Amino acid sequence: MNYNPTDDLTVVDPEEKTMPRSPGHAESSAPTPAPPVTSEVASGLEEMHATRHVRLDELHAYYGDNHAVRGVNLSFEPGRVTAIIGPSGCGKSTMVRCVNRMHEEIPGARSAGRVLLDDVDLHGANVDVVTVRRLVGMVFQKPNPFPTMSIFDNVASGLKFTGTPRGEITDRVHFALEGAGLWSEVEGRLSSTGMSLSGGQQQRLCIARALAVEPDVLLMDEPCSALDPVATLKIEQLIGQLKEKVTIAVVTHNMQQAGRVADTTAFMLDGEVVEVGPTEKMFTNPDDQRTEQYVTGKFG
Amino acid sequence: MESTRKPEHPLLAARSGNLRRRRAANRGMEISAWVAAVLAVGVLALVIASVAVKGIGSISLDFLTKNADPNALGSTGGIGNALVGTGILVGLATLMAVPVGILVAIYTNEFASARSRNTIRYFLDLLNGVPTIVTGIFIFGLLVAGHQQSGFAGSVALAVVMLPLVARSCQEVLALVPETTKEAGLALGASRWRTTVSVVVPTALSGMITGALLAVARALGETAPLLFVSSIFAPTLASDPSQPLPSVPVVIFQFSESPEPAKHDQAWAAALVLIAVVLLISIVARILSARMRRRLGAAR
Repeated sequence: MNYNPTDDLTVVDPEEKTMPRSPGHAESSAPTPAPPVTSEVASGLEEMHATRHVRLDELHAYYGDNHAVRGVNLSFEPGRVTAIIGPSGCGKSTMVRCVNRMHEEIPGARSAGRVLLDDVDLHGANVDVVTVRRLVGMVFQKPNPFPTMSIFDNVASGLKFTGTPRGEITDRVHFALEGAGLWSEVEGRLSSTGMSLSGGQQQRLCIARALAVEPDVLLMDEPCSALDPVATLKIEQLIGQLKEKVTIAVVTHNMQQAGRVADTTAFMLDGEVVEVGPTEKMFTNPDDQRTEQYVTGKFG
Repeated sequence: MESTRKPEHPLLAARSGNLRRRRAANRGMEISAWVAAVLAVGVLALVIASVAVKGIGSISLDFLTKNADPNALGSTGGIGNALVGTGILVGLATLMAVPVGILVAIYTNEFASARSRNTIRYFLDLLNGVPTIVTGIFIFGLLVAGHQQSGFAGSVALAVVMLPLVARSCQEVLALVPETTKEAGLALGASRWRTTVSVVVPTALSGMITGALLAVARALGETAPLLFVSSIFAPTLASDPSQPLPSVPVVIFQFSESPEPAKHDQAWAAALVLIAVVLLISIVARILSARMRRRLGAAR
């Protein structure tokens, strides 16, 4: 019997379902050319399918008095990758960290508004923050495997936190490593320390660790900014292959990366989402002048 | 008036008076710093050398295993019972001080507000600064006056000395664990406590052991806390903490007060044993601490 964490969440007012879709909802876009799906990634996590969508509803976030995110309305659709681009300090990381409620871990930080996972407000009063984070995984800018744990233990750590029975752990670690495209590179040395891997491999290890608990949503906060171009390419390909399995949102300051991996792109400036739409449109024919100035490099 | 010489390039100018003076001052400071360092190291070398030279003659297997006899003539007896007594006293003190110290460090670092953290740190530093003789008198008044001396009271006195050492060094080491490692744990859906126990503490473990070892090394040589509390003992092997237990530092004190010159030699020998053990523990602590720094350095 699989553990279904959403059983623990209370359902929000059912009348919400009749509200009009927010302007962040993306129309179908010209699909980015799919990289060849490796059999490794396909067989890993084969039971995972992205089905849940995330909707940010009038989300505000503050650091003390600093109003970092101002009334954001945005959706992340399953089966698509949503990229969030914008200049430094525009609030994109803050906004994404509100989705898995990491923002509130910072002393003095708070948020307002709703983050809906399907019908459930993750910021609701009765919702347990620990449960939220099991449903919404995160990969950070700098790879951060646990330094004292082996590769196996790193990937298994999330499973141990959720109390998965020991018998299942080995299989799920295997699938998660396959799903992150790392299995073939580490299968002989699962007990060596996670820090013995290269930067790109460490980041894929962190992705495997996040995927092992089979989250509904995966948030990636500038996942490639600390990596060399070869490692970056591997991870971008991986993102393309994972989007069918988990709803993905990627924060990136690299516009070309957004162009390569994302189906939908949102442009943020000064805490607001200026425009959101199919990636191709955003880069070739955006509606808002500020978007056009940003993507053509008039400011950065 | 025109000079017919070519104007000198400032970089190639001969050493002006100012430059010469500055160079001399620089050299003078370097030499003084070097002399100070040599003095400091020299003092340690001198202490170890003189203890070694004066004490090595009396070291023998008999010395290490026979019991002390402060009143006997000649060079009979040894420090066997004092070694056992020190082991028990410091062992009990460690059992008391280390868990409490670690928990205090975890609380202040992970769970306390900034103000509590600073207050507790301040109080620990104050406790650290209390003269050990005062601690001895305090424990005497608390546990011995009206009853009798006991090894247990001696252990409590030593534990009071050890506690701030353990707590402060564990605090320092826990603070070194990178924030991003903690975030990785939280983002996987581990509660704060679980993250602390399963991620933060194991990462900091070598450093915490180092802190505990250094506190043990300190407690091994403490004399003042034991002087009123566990100093009147029989020259037999004792291991019952409800009775006063002999200890190496107190025995050194008593030997050196004896009119017998042979006892003075034994005092030197006991001092040599003590310093050797303390040095050994300090070296082990240093190796562990270097290992921890290397591991955390990789994680940054």
